[in-house]
Amino acid sequence: MAKVIVVTSGKGGVGKTTSSAAIGTGLAIKGFKTVIIDFDIGLRNLDLIMGCERRVVYDFVNVIKGEATLNQALIKDKRTPNLSILPASQTRDKDALNKEGVQKVLDDLAEAGFEYIVCDSPAGIETGAIMALYFADEAIVTTNPEVSSVRDSDRILGMLASKSQRAEQGKEPVKEHLLLTRYNPERVTRGDMLSVEDVLDILAIPLLGVIPESPAVLKASNSGSPVILDTESDAGLAYGDAVDRLIGEKVEFRFIEEEKKSLLRRLFGG
Amino acid sequence: MSLLDYFRSKKTTQTAQTAKERLQIIVAHERGQRNSPDYLPAMKQDIIDVIRRYVPIDSDQVTVNLDNKNDNLSVLELNITLPDDKR
Repeated sequence: MAKVIVVTSGKGGVGKTTSSAAIGTGLAIKGFKTVIIDFDIGLRNLDLIMGCERRVVYDFVNVIKGEATLNQALIKDKRTPNLSILPASQTRDKDALNKEGVQKVLDDLAEAGFEYIVCDSPAGIETGAIMALYFADEAIVTTNPEVSSVRDSDRILGMLASKSQRAEQGKEPVKEHLLLTRYNPERVTRGDMLSVEDVLDILAIPLLGVIPESPAVLKASNSGSPVILDTESDAGLAYGDAVDRLIGEKVEFRFIEEEKKSLLRRLFGG
Repeated sequence: MSLLDYFRSKKTTQTAQTAKERLQIIVAHERGQRNSPDYLPAMKQDIIDVIRRYVPIDSDQVTVNLDNKNDNLSVLELNITLPDDKR
């Protein structure tokens, strides 16, 4: 049975699309047939992050409206086998998504043998964001260690608990995961950034991963290659660990402590 | 961090602690309101208007709270501070 995972946050710019691309790719590398759906109607960007922007012909809304088949709209990733992308449409029609239409697409994807359906949510708490989380079995709440992001994440947790299909039908609640992104251990040590523990204290959901702030993320998006493929980088490795935890493996957390500097560097800087 | 920074940094304020405290307060407050119905603010205004017909009060002298104890019990708590009667 297909597992539907929403990558959400409330606040914009915290790394939802970067995380969707990385985690979707990671699941496919693990051998699971995976699709990443861009729910950000009107502001399509997953295609750019995945480097398939020039291969978009049909999109999610075309499929819902019956203007294209799922197979026509799905883009098979060229680097990673088992991975497909369903791009968002660039229409300005905000109500292009509806529950029946989304349900049908998800059912068809499950029928086609996809094991993981990763839904890249738009920012905000309007229709698009609700559609992205409505059918979720699990939610990856992407949060920066910063006040507005943490507050918005808590709002989204409230939505998951009240507005999701699982909540409406009184089923087992959506399984929540915290993904802390743009984490800077040096600033945490200095006391000017919320620590992992601080955020966990407030949001009180299990920790899936901590992604360090890293130049590798911008480099990856520049070149249209998900950062998880950059196995030389701390961010890439941290996403790899998060994927392992998502499929139930126990992995030690890394990159959350300040790098130890030698006594000489400590004294003289550098 | 150089030697000088090592001594200096102890004196700077730890803003992360402030952030955490502010978040704990606002998040707790918003969670309390999360399950309150949309009509609550309008109802509160109506209640204030009715009381004002008899007693001069400000809107901040009234607190309205809806507590969902469990599935079939909700408690509507109304706290009105009446002004001192100085006549």
